[in-house]
Amino acid sequence: MTISNDHLIIFDNVSKFYGEILGVNRLNLQIAPGITSLVGPNGAGKSTLMNLMTGLLRPTRGRITLLGIPTDQPDRLFRKVGYCTQFDSFPRGLTGREFLNSFLLVHGFDKKRANELSQLALERVNLVEAADRKVAAYSKGMRQRIRLAQSIAHEPAVLILDEPLNGLDPMVRAETIALFRRLAAEGLHLIISSHILHEVDMMSDRVVLLNNGYIVAEGNIHGVRDEMEEHPMQIFIRCDQPARLAAHVFAQNHVVEARLHDDRRGLFVKTRDADGFYLMLNRAVAEGEVNIESVAPVDDDLSAVYQYLIGTSGGSA
Amino acid sequence: MSSAVHTVSNQTGGSPLPWALWLRQIAAIFRSELHKNFLGRRAILIYLLALLPLFPLLVLAVFQPSDREWKDFNNYSLIYSVLYNGLILRTVVFFGCAWIFMNLFRGEIVDRSLHYYFLSAVRREVLVVGKYFSGLVTSVVLFTFTTVVAMLLLYLPHFYSQSVRYFTEGYGLKQLLTYAGITILACIGYGAFFLVVGLFVRNPIIPALLLYGWEWLNFLLPPLLKKVSVIHYLNSLTPVPLSEGPFAVVAEPTPAWIAIPSMLGVTLLVLIIAAYRIRHMEIRYGSD
Repeated sequence: MTISNDHLIIFDNVSKFYGEILGVNRLNLQIAPGITSLVGPNGAGKSTLMNLMTGLLRPTRGRITLLGIPTDQPDRLFRKVGYCTQFDSFPRGLTGREFLNSFLLVHGFDKKRANELSQLALERVNLVEAADRKVAAYSKGMRQRIRLAQSIAHEPAVLILDEPLNGLDPMVRAETIALFRRLAAEGLHLIISSHILHEVDMMSDRVVLLNNGYIVAEGNIHGVRDEMEEHPMQIFIRCDQPARLAAHVFAQNHVVEARLHDDRRGLFVKTRDADGFYLMLNRAVAEGEVNIESVAPVDDDLSAVYQYLIGTSGGSA
Repeated sequence: MSSAVHTVSNQTGGSPLPWALWLRQIAAIFRSELHKNFLGRRAILIYLLALLPLFPLLVLAVFQPSDREWKDFNNYSLIYSVLYNGLILRTVVFFGCAWIFMNLFRGEIVDRSLHYYFLSAVRREVLVVGKYFSGLVTSVVLFTFTTVVAMLLLYLPHFYSQSVRYFTEGYGLKQLLTYAGITILACIGYGAFFLVVGLFVRNPIIPALLLYGWEWLNFLLPPLLKKVSVIHYLNSLTPVPLSEGPFAVVAEPTPAWIAIPSMLGVTLLVLIIAAYRIRHMEIRYGSD
């Protein structure tokens, strides 16, 4: 299916340098609706990418459009875009509600509509009870949520979130991820940067892996994993006769390693052709050679891809 | 999700220049900034500055000096002119405008909260206009109050009935309004200058002090250079001109019909520069 440029976020050969220092280099990227996660170590260029997307930074070279709108037209751009930055600071002396209201009024909404939208946003981030307290008295998690509320209050079509789960307790994290999923289901673009890989893995439709200002990989995480031919796929099979299965799989050309689990009730297999391996396994089961309890890929997740491509284990919750 | 977006865009859709939306946005920015200017933590210094000339006048109202010149009503217009030029205009209005207008953008960069405006669906030029007007109204209200109250505090306690006649029947009211007008013009001119300085310079105190020195040394400058200053035009409008001393280079005052439009024209130019700057500005708090 082809998506028109008016529905995509497009980076066209974008570079950003801070003087001599590289921010991001020669990025070519198209982001479709759904949840896209930006993943990479500190200094990889995630926040730079987000700031470029929202016009807070200007590209040294190249061009960026969001749903067909260039980033140097904030009056058009922010009718459709909301951005929750990592800057943990607020205008002084405002309550949560006043904070949301004041910027909705700047957007151009009238007072009544601004009040309605503020209330709606506060409800969505579960902050109604604290809405009339000063933001300065909020906890870190509440500050994170009021910033999230500010970014969604004007009901944007594109939501950009820089480490939105930072500072949230597990319960609120789960609620926030559920909110992201609902928004994505409504057809929004969600672009999320996070260093918590298992959460990214859980909620993303696709990932963009960044390192040192370059895109290392992008796409559906399993698709990215499949393309990494230099790292054979690891699969764990729990079965009644792992030794027999090991002898069987060694006959296959694509299998590079087979190792028994310590409890001798399972087998780790490394293969260059996962599809071929599953086919072979099906035949073995059909022929009654083994009884299989479970089969699961061991390194078909974001953490493994991150480790292979970027070389560290990434972050964790 | 997009109904509210349409609420705003429909109001802008009919015309190529959505003036109604811009005016609404300017009003929203203006209100928000005015609140900060008058009630924020940074306002305390401005209040102290605005009240500064009134303290000595209050003391003089209670303890009348015995010097001969204080006994003669005709000297008071000259005394006020000295007070106005030396303390109110060159110090209170100058530094007050510096503080108010530099903080409009620089203060938010220091607080790391400017990005909220940049992430709103508002043209950055509109932001400059909204903020400038908020600074202007704040400075005009406070410093016009200082100008007017200082004059009344000088005259009324010493020669009450003469002063009342002076302000109701004589030249007093005209002088009072002229001084108030000069204060307003000073806020317009200095305000635009300091707004733009706050956008370009990380530490605006240095350019403020440089301008302060330039304005004070204006009396020594050749006539052509005198005109490259705000104080020259403001002095030209003063109802009671002061002698600039034996070392002063004398230059013809600029007539009001040139001085006022020139000041307004330069202010407009400076605001255009500010709008250009803000349009191309990036948010990089770390480097600020």
